[in-house]
Amino acid sequence: MSDIEAVAALQDPLRRRLYDYVVAQDHEVSRNEAAEAAGVARTLAAHHLDRLAEVGLLDTVSRRVSGRSGPGAGRPAKLYRRSGVEFAVSLPARDYRSAALLLAEVAEAAGLDSEVRETARRHARGLRRVPAGDLAAAAGVLAERGYEPVRDGDLLRMRNCPFHVLSTEFAPLVCGMNLALLEGLLEGSSVRMESRPGWCCVVVEPSKTNRS
Amino acid sequence: MVVMTERHLAQLNIGTLTGPLDGPGLADFVALLEPVNALADRTPGFVWRLVGEGEGDATSIRPYGDDVMINYSVWESREALWDFVYRSAHLDAMRRRREWFLRHVEAYQVLWWIPAGHIPTIEEGLTRLEQLKNAGPTPEAFTFRDFHEPDGPRRP
Repeated sequence: MSDIEAVAALQDPLRRRLYDYVVAQDHEVSRNEAAEAAGVARTLAAHHLDRLAEVGLLDTVSRRVSGRSGPGAGRPAKLYRRSGVEFAVSLPARDYRSAALLLAEVAEAAGLDSEVRETARRHARGLRRVPAGDLAAAAGVLAERGYEPVRDGDLLRMRNCPFHVLSTEFAPLVCGMNLALLEGLLEGSSVRMESRPGWCCVVVEPSKTNRS
Repeated sequence: MVVMTERHLAQLNIGTLTGPLDGPGLADFVALLEPVNALADRTPGFVWRLVGEGEGDATSIRPYGDDVMINYSVWESREALWDFVYRSAHLDAMRRRREWFLRHVEAYQVLWWIPAGHIPTIEEGLTRLEQLKNAGPTPEAFTFRDFHEPDGPRRP
């Protein structure tokens, strides 16, 4: 399935709504849950969810939701979650990914971590300002930039790393760059690294704590 | 059915300090040793790490010279080690590695598979690092980027 077909599958407004719902959840989503969220019948939701899985935008898993097993536990439910595949459509064709990987490899080999961070911070300061300590505004800016922020108590965590491939291949360099970018973008909020599997390596807090 | 010997992943890396370990430039690094080592010890998939006799870390073991630190550990899987190195509080320390360690031109980190239960020796680790430097990544000595899976069962 080509990337352009996958993207085209999202043209249907209901399918788009179901996709947006599934990828925003922190758990695998059943047909019932997705149907309820979209306000449509289960069979219609199932049809579109399966189409999204077919083009590769969603992954499916089978699980007994009740926690029971053996006879009488019923058939396992089909659950949906965002697939790990990246889709990119660029017209005309562009290949920024290969260029970024190449440049990151050079920066890593040359030990340019602090230069990369300085540039990232300076660059981000020139972008849109966020009022100090305004977590809702910070979340808005982060959402615009693809980080998919979610509140976790007083913290903002981010479900998506916009630099995913780079931050896997060159984690210390690129996660350090990302931290500096967010420090520059959200001056006045406390931005720190708190890396954990499956999340962006940075968390945002409302107030600035003392930093060395 | 083919029974495979369980394999664990050994890792050794070396780093040349930018100054004396007890100097001000390395103070933050030294302060992080205990909490980051403690984090490793309780990370799922952690098996073993090198420590000096009666000590909590390996900073006293310096086979490459006074200014070279070695870091040596064993993990149940690539994923367990990778998540600890890059997706835990360890990453925040790694991000600052250029403050504390000189950039290495040669290979400075090596990975290889060992039978589960085996505690690798320092000599073994140094040999693997030499192998990587001399021959590049092979199934006997490799890196995260050029990773090798453990030997699969032989097919007839």
